[in-house]
Amino acid sequence: MGDYYEQKDLADFANIGEYSPELGKKYFDYYGEAMKPGALTEREKLLIALAVATTQKCPYCIDAYTNQCLSLGISQEEMMEAVHVGAALVAGIVLAHSTQMRKIIKKKEM
Amino acid sequence: MIMHNPDSYPSFVQKLTVPLQACGIDILQINVGYICNLECKHCHVEAGPQRTEIMSKQVMEQCLHILQSHSIPTIDITGGAPEMHADLPWFLQECAGLNRRLLVRTNAVILLEKQYEGFIDLYARHNVEVIVSLPHLDAKVTGRQRGEGVFPRVIEALGRLNERGYGQAGSGLVLNLVHNPNGAYLPGSQASLEDQYRKILRERYGVSFNQLFCLTNMPIGRFLQYLRNTGNYADYMNALVGAFNPLALEKAMCRKTVSVAWDGTLSDCDFNQVLGLAIDHGAPDRVSAFDFDKLSRREIVTGNHCYGCTAGAGSSCQGSVLASS
Repeated sequence: MGDYYEQKDLADFANIGEYSPELGKKYFDYYGEAMKPGALTEREKLLIALAVATTQKCPYCIDAYTNQCLSLGISQEEMMEAVHVGAALVAGIVLAHSTQMRKIIKKKEM
Repeated sequence: MIMHNPDSYPSFVQKLTVPLQACGIDILQINVGYICNLECKHCHVEAGPQRTEIMSKQVMEQCLHILQSHSIPTIDITGGAPEMHADLPWFLQECAGLNRRLLVRTNAVILLEKQYEGFIDLYARHNVEVIVSLPHLDAKVTGRQRGEGVFPRVIEALGRLNERGYGQAGSGLVLNLVHNPNGAYLPGSQASLEDQYRKILRERYGVSFNQLFCLTNMPIGRFLQYLRNTGNYADYMNALVGAFNPLALEKAMCRKTVSVAWDGTLSDCDFNQVLGLAIDHGAPDRVSAFDFDKLSRREIVTGNHCYGCTAGAGSSCQGSVLASS
């Protein structure tokens, strides 16, 4: 089996329809529609994708979208800002969950 | 030169179902010499101030004779910095008299130098289409590729070209820009990059232009050295091979181009020229032996660097060959 998360496996993404070609095609069609320029530009969509890729800690996506951002001339500063938006959201999500903790503390403690 | 790579990807020739064939000659690309005032890291010609290769007037006259004898619609003059060729003003005048589409590829920076600033007016008078390299909208990034301080000088030169009417609606004077990636990755969609260039150049610098051409960096020359030195070579070649597009191959620029080197050697493209790959397969490889019919249907000399022009939306000296990747 080798290692998890091998870089060369990124190229295998095109084969995710194996064993289920119809669903694979539907996914790629959906992906293509979602990522093409619309009310948002291609640049904006790539920066969103990069932020999601880092928050989801997907090495394949980080590789793919960093390269695509570079390809569109998106600057290091723009990319890092997008990552910080993701980081801020993740931090906020963690802190928002402390509500559960605080509610339990308040209920249980005398 | 990368003619083979035994382990990681198929050679370009394996991608060809039939030999790549020319289908006419629409462009005579003339490289007047490798001397340049800049030494850009991505330059496949490896041009610079120390280069001594320069086209003789005799070769220029042979080019003119070819153009007079055949109705090749586009004359594409490149270098080095073409302006550093002492006979360029004469050559431009002769070319302009032929009433063809006439292009000059300039680094633009040279147009700010006292000795060469007259070229802006000369280009305008001869209705020359000016093509300027501007790899990135970030001054630091462009500086890393083309040399420190180049970005603001290009912007200043573009401003002067705009003042003379270049890139302005209704003037008929065409100013096109060239983008190429600043590292080991492929260019993004030309349409998206052009939108961004237009917006930023207008808003920040008041500069306008006609079209943006996106070029893929060829794995040859200084860029090949960079790929090897940074451990990016295998990844870059795999990216090119993975993006191979048969439709881009069909529209490859070499199929309608003949490239003339400073010494009169004929090649299928500027890249083959600097790799020392002259036209072959029975067609003439010297400007003195130019044969329109034979060259129009010649077999193209290919190598693994050809993956550079056939990846994604394709790459040519006039940008992507397909609408989108």
